[in-house]
Amino acid sequence: MIAFLINRLFQAAIVMFVISLLSFSIQDNLGDPLRELIGQSVSEADRMELREELGLNDSFLTQYFRFAGKAIQGDLGTSYFFKEPALEVILKKLPATLELVFGATVLIIVISIPVGVYSAINPSSLFSKVAMGISIIGISVPVFLTAIISIYIFSVELGWLPSFGRGVTEHVFGTWETGFFNVDGLLHLLLPCLSLASIMLPLFIRLIRAEMMEVLQSEYIKFAWAKGLSPRRIWFMHALKNTMLPVITVGGVQIGTMVAYTILTETVFQWPGMGFLFLEAVNRVDTPLIVAYLIVVGAIFVITNTIVDLIYGLVNPTVKLVGEK
Amino acid sequence: MRDDTITTTAKNPSLLRRFKDSHLWHSLKKDKVAFASFLVFILFVSVAILAPVLAPFDPYDPSSIDIMDSELPPVWQEDSEAKFLLGTDAQGRDLLSTILYGMRTSLLIGICAVLLQCFLGVVVGLSAGYFGGRIDSFLMRIADIQLSFSTLMVAIVVLAVFQASFGAELYSKLAVFMLILVIGFAEWPQYARTVRASVLAEKHKEYVDAARVMGFTNSRIMLGHILPNTLSPLLVISTVQIANAIISEASLSFLGLGMPVSQPSLGSLISSGFEYIFSGSWWITAIPGLVLVVLVMVINLLGDWLRDVLNPKLYKD
Repeated sequence: MIAFLINRLFQAAIVMFVISLLSFSIQDNLGDPLRELIGQSVSEADRMELREELGLNDSFLTQYFRFAGKAIQGDLGTSYFFKEPALEVILKKLPATLELVFGATVLIIVISIPVGVYSAINPSSLFSKVAMGISIIGISVPVFLTAIISIYIFSVELGWLPSFGRGVTEHVFGTWETGFFNVDGLLHLLLPCLSLASIMLPLFIRLIRAEMMEVLQSEYIKFAWAKGLSPRRIWFMHALKNTMLPVITVGGVQIGTMVAYTILTETVFQWPGMGFLFLEAVNRVDTPLIVAYLIVVGAIFVITNTIVDLIYGLVNPTVKLVGEK
Repeated sequence: MRDDTITTTAKNPSLLRRFKDSHLWHSLKKDKVAFASFLVFILFVSVAILAPVLAPFDPYDPSSIDIMDSELPPVWQEDSEAKFLLGTDAQGRDLLSTILYGMRTSLLIGICAVLLQCFLGVVVGLSAGYFGGRIDSFLMRIADIQLSFSTLMVAIVVLAVFQASFGAELYSKLAVFMLILVIGFAEWPQYARTVRASVLAEKHKEYVDAARVMGFTNSRIMLGHILPNTLSPLLVISTVQIANAIISEASLSFLGLGMPVSQPSLGSLISSGFEYIFSGSWWITAIPGLVLVVLVMVINLLGDWLRDVLNPKLYKD
């Protein structure tokens, strides 16, 4: 187990190194920090001097190590637009995005497990067929279109739900602002979370159904039936456990993917989160902010994947922990 | 044996004839949903190819556009004009023509991106599976890492950086190539994994040993002998991948990182209509949206059917 842990942590470190290298080369090639700092009116000689002073004439590697050294201490430069440390700007927006992902995850879990299990147990019932039909439509509708349609139906036509922003938020734990503890905030969360969940829901329903159907055909389930166990016990105790194993792996990876899809939902709903901020930063060529976003999101991906790998290693007794041969 | 070869060469069946006699075509005819999807897909593809002939207007030609015609509703609504069958968009372009051209762009990008993915994935997967050992674990580790980052994320970041460094002007000219390259590069691990798995299953079979004993080169065995036996899983994932590539392209265009408004794909059309949805001009978003969903859905349905037909594992129940 410890060797497995070290192996995975080592891999995570390498991936983070590559991400930081890429981020740095973006920073190095995109825009001119000098122009952002002093404008056009400074003479060429002063410019050269300032370049030397700022270390912009050093070799790529020297500059990279300076960048990495600062990055480890949490200093990713100052946003050109906000005139604040880029990392702080990003982290201030992180709760809004995480709430979106969290809300969508809850919806996915609450809906996909019952539907998937039911349609695996009764594959020929009307409900299962309808669920499968809807899920193939759901897979084919891009997330931004779901968002637009839901805005058109629920905000423009019916006027039931708000179409943009976070609504009222409250402070908890110091700086964390949340919309979970009041009605207005929850109403604002509903449509974005639904749209975000809509892209993953069909995938999970189909996955859970397929895995469960395969498990229900295995020997040990037949043996359990022969033993005369109650159907509930067989379905929920014995079958569901083995169904969830692959679902956990896929699920962990999809949480990372959802962070990517928040860029789309946040754009449609003008949700003040990281993704929305990132697109604004791209339009303004705010390089430090772009780099900070890359590093933060890269870290989220690497951390979730590492945790999923570790959990999978713990839960599944057959996984080979060290060395693959 | 000998007679067989003689009769087949005597008849010399055409490709179409062979396709019509195949197991694939028969099961397609039996499956109503798949057959309907197939017809719709063929219809969409031919309409997209023939767009310059079929479209009543040329949306790329600014002189044919009159801003006074903007936001006209489809013909079945009030205040419409008969020459604009599906209405017009915010710039006064005929929506039907724009959708035809947009579908052409979307399909072109989707299919070319998948061809690129397939090429990269097959090269990596074949060599990983065939040579095994260090090469295999190195290549597959890279594939794992690449897969753990979502395609959309990678594509957004790469395109955003390119757009910021090229400037919007130059970028809009290169958009088609950039989209194909980015979507193509981001998804190769899917193919690599599938091909590798099939190669591992095939490589210890007797025909491979026989080929090796006959002294064929590695590349000949890989391309001429093993690759043809991995085609059916490749075909199955290709359908899903085309559907995904079209969705990715639409999403990127929606974010303003894909096709420019002057040469819209379905995604950028939806995006340009989004602002007008609040003022009631729903058709600029809804009609291209519907076309996109139907296009992706028939491809997905065809993919489902192919998986059922070509995957013997599912025959058991």
